[in-house]
Amino acid sequence: MFQGQMARRSIPILKQLFTSPSSHLTPTRSVTYMPRPGDGAPRPVTLIPGDAIGPLVTGAVEQVMQAMHAPVYFERYEVHGDMKRVPQEVIDSIKKNKVCLKGGLATPMGGGVSSLNVQLRKELDLYASLVNCFNLPGLPTRHENVDIVVIRENTEGEYSGLEHEVVPGVVESLKVITKFCSERIAKYAFEYAYLNNRKKVTAVHKANIMKLADGLFLESCREVATKYPGIKYNEIIVDNCCMQLVSKPEQFDVMVTPNLYGNLVANTAAGIAGGTGVMPGGNVGADHAVFEQGASAGNVGNEKLVAQKTANPVALLLSSAMMLRHLQFPSFADRLETAVKRVILDGKYRTKDLGGTSTTQEVVDAVIAALD
Amino acid sequence: MATQLLRRRASQILSNANPNPSSPLSLARSFSSATGPIRATLFPGDGIGPEIADSVKQVFKAAEVPIEWEEHYVGDQIDPRTQSFLTWESLESVRRNGVGLKGPMATPIGKGHRSLNLTLRKELSLYANVRPCNSLPGYKTRYDDVNLITIRENTEGEYSGLEHQVVRGVVESLKIITRQASLRVAEYAFHYAKTHGRERVSAIHKANIMQKTDGLFLKCCREVAEKYPEITYEEVVIDNCCMMLVKNPALFDVLVMPNLYGDIISDLCAGLIGGLGLTPSCNIGEGGIALAEAVHGSAPDIAGKNLANPTALLLSAVTMLRHLKLHDKADRIQNAILTTIAGGKYRTADLGGSSKTTEFTEAICNHL
Repeated sequence: MFQGQMARRSIPILKQLFTSPSSHLTPTRSVTYMPRPGDGAPRPVTLIPGDAIGPLVTGAVEQVMQAMHAPVYFERYEVHGDMKRVPQEVIDSIKKNKVCLKGGLATPMGGGVSSLNVQLRKELDLYASLVNCFNLPGLPTRHENVDIVVIRENTEGEYSGLEHEVVPGVVESLKVITKFCSERIAKYAFEYAYLNNRKKVTAVHKANIMKLADGLFLESCREVATKYPGIKYNEIIVDNCCMQLVSKPEQFDVMVTPNLYGNLVANTAAGIAGGTGVMPGGNVGADHAVFEQGASAGNVGNEKLVAQKTANPVALLLSSAMMLRHLQFPSFADRLETAVKRVILDGKYRTKDLGGTSTTQEVVDAVIAALD
Repeated sequence: MATQLLRRRASQILSNANPNPSSPLSLARSFSSATGPIRATLFPGDGIGPEIADSVKQVFKAAEVPIEWEEHYVGDQIDPRTQSFLTWESLESVRRNGVGLKGPMATPIGKGHRSLNLTLRKELSLYANVRPCNSLPGYKTRYDDVNLITIRENTEGEYSGLEHQVVRGVVESLKIITRQASLRVAEYAFHYAKTHGRERVSAIHKANIMQKTDGLFLKCCREVAEKYPEITYEEVVIDNCCMMLVKNPALFDVLVMPNLYGDIISDLCAGLIGGLGLTPSCNIGEGGIALAEAVHGSAPDIAGKNLANPTALLLSAVTMLRHLKLHDKADRIQNAILTTIAGGKYRTADLGGSSKTTEFTEAICNHL
C-alpha cells in the first residue's frame, strides 16, 4: 500500500524529469574526441555574405562563432549576384582554405547573366549538394517523423546552361547526363548513407519519359547499389515522389537525384519539415566544401525582410554547425546545434516565417544565451 | 423550356465578345444543341473503368443532364491508321462531338504501337492539361484549404522525347519551348481564369537558370497577361512554388506551367487533396475539344468487385460540363458529391469507408 503511494507520488516527478525541455537536448558524451596536437589552431574560412538577407544571416553566424570562441576565423569577400563572374580572388581564397560559408546570391531574372551560385559550384567542381530536412522539436508542422537527406547532382543535367534559339520563336535547351557524373553522385550518396548509418537510398527519376537520360542515371545508381548490400535501394518517379512527400514523408531516408528534380524535391522536403529558413545544407566536391542555406540558395528574400531585419538565421547557423563538423570540431558543432534547437523548442524567439515576430538579432542573442 | 434554353444561349453568344481558342466550336455547338442533347464520347477504359463509367451515366441521368453518350472501347488489334489500339472511328467521334470522357486505360505491354495516352494527345492536339484541385470537405488530409487549378502545357518542353547518345556514357535530351505552344497555353489559362471567376494567374518557371527557354515561356505569358488587365499576373520560381505549396497552398489560384514542372506540380497538388483517386483532370485540344479523364490507374485487383471509387471520374465529368457551360448542372452534381463524402456514411474503401460503388452512386443521386 505504502509502496503504491510512493510510486504514485513519484510518477509526476519522474515525468517532469524526463520531459523537461533541455534534458534530452543536453549532449552526453561518454567517450571523448581525441584531437591531434595542433588541431586547435584557428582555421580560416572564406565568408561570402551575398545579397539581400545574406549579410544579415552571415553576420549572425559570425556573432555566434565569436561568442563560442570557435577556432575559426573568416576571410570576407564581397560578391553580388549581378557580377558577371565570381572574382578570381574569391576562388583562390576558397581553394586555399578549402571551406567556405556563404549567404545567397540573387540571380537577375532572364538577364543574360548566369547564376553565380551555379558558376561557383561548377568552377570548384562541387558535385554534390546536400540538404538535410528534419523536424525540429517544438516547431509545429503538418508532417511528423521527417528526416530526409536529399543529395543532388550539382554540375550537369538541366543546369548545363546550353540553350540556343533555333529559329525565332523556337528555343532549345540541352539536358546533359553523363555516366561519369551520375556514377560519382551515386557513390557519394551511398557513401554518405554508409558513414551516417542511414538505411535506405531512393533514386528519383523520370525514366519512363526520358528513357536514355534518366535511364543512364538509374543504371549508375543500380551499379553502385550492388556494392553496398547493407543499404536498401529503390527507385521512384519524380511526380509520384512529390505526391508521397506530401502524404507519407516518413518513408524516405536518403534521396539521390539529378540536378533539376533535386531542386524541386529538396524544396518540397524543406517545406514539409518547416521551411527553407531552417534547413541546413551544403555543397561538397573532392577538394572543397561550401556551406549555405539548405534549399533554394537563390532565394535571398525581399526588401521587407532586409529592411525589418527579420530574416531567419537558423538555416545558416545549422549549416555552420555542419561546417564545424566538417572541420573536425565536433564539440563546438554539438554546442551550436543544441543551442539552436533549444531556442526553437522554447518558442519565444522565432522569426516571421516560423510564425513569430522576432528580429534576426533577437534570435541570435537567444542562441548565444542558450550556449553551454 | 426550349425557348428558355434558346434565350440563354443567345445572351451567352452576344456577351461572348472575347475571341479565344475554344469559343468558335462552342458557338457552333450552342446553336445545334439548342434543340437536342449534346453528344459526348465515352471511353470506359479497363479494369474499374466500366464500373465507374456506369456511375457517371447513372448520376447524369438522375440529374437530367442533356448528354447522349457514344461509347467506344479500346480494340485488341492495332489500327494501322492510328498505329495503336484506339481505332480511327473512336478518334473521329471525339473530333466530331468535341467532348469526351475517358476512364483509366492500361496500355498493353509490347512494341510496335504507341501508348494510348500518347495517341490521344497527338491525334487530338491536346495542348493543355487542366486539373482543378479542391480540398474535399469531410475527407481530412493535412491540408484543408486547397483551392487551385494547375494548367500544364502538354505537347512540348522536356517531354518531346528527343534524346540521343552523343558518345558512350554521355546522353543529351532536348527541351523545346516554342512561342506558339506557350502562347496557346497562356491564352487558355487566362481565358479559363476569366470564365471561372478566378483572380490570379501565376506562371511557374526556372528562368533564372534556363534563361532562354523559360524566358520565352514567361515572355508569352506576359504578353497574354496584358490583354487581361483585370486578372493579377505573377511569376514564381519553381523552388519557391514547391515550398509555398506545401506550407500554404491557399496562396495560389491558377498556375500555368510548361510540361515538366506541370507534371510534378499537378501531382503534388493531387497529393495535397488526397491522391489521384480523387483528382479530376481535363485535356483541352485544338478547336475547343475537351477530353476529361480520370488520372488514376485501372486497378485490376478490384475490377468487377463493386469496390471502386468513382469520385475522380465524376469530378472530371463535372469539369467537362463546365467546359460545355452547363454550370448549374455542374454545380448541382458537384455539391451532391461533396455532400455525400462530407456526410461520411457512404464512402468507398479507399476513403476509409465500406460502401460499394453502387451504394455511393445512389447516395449521390439522392443528394441531387
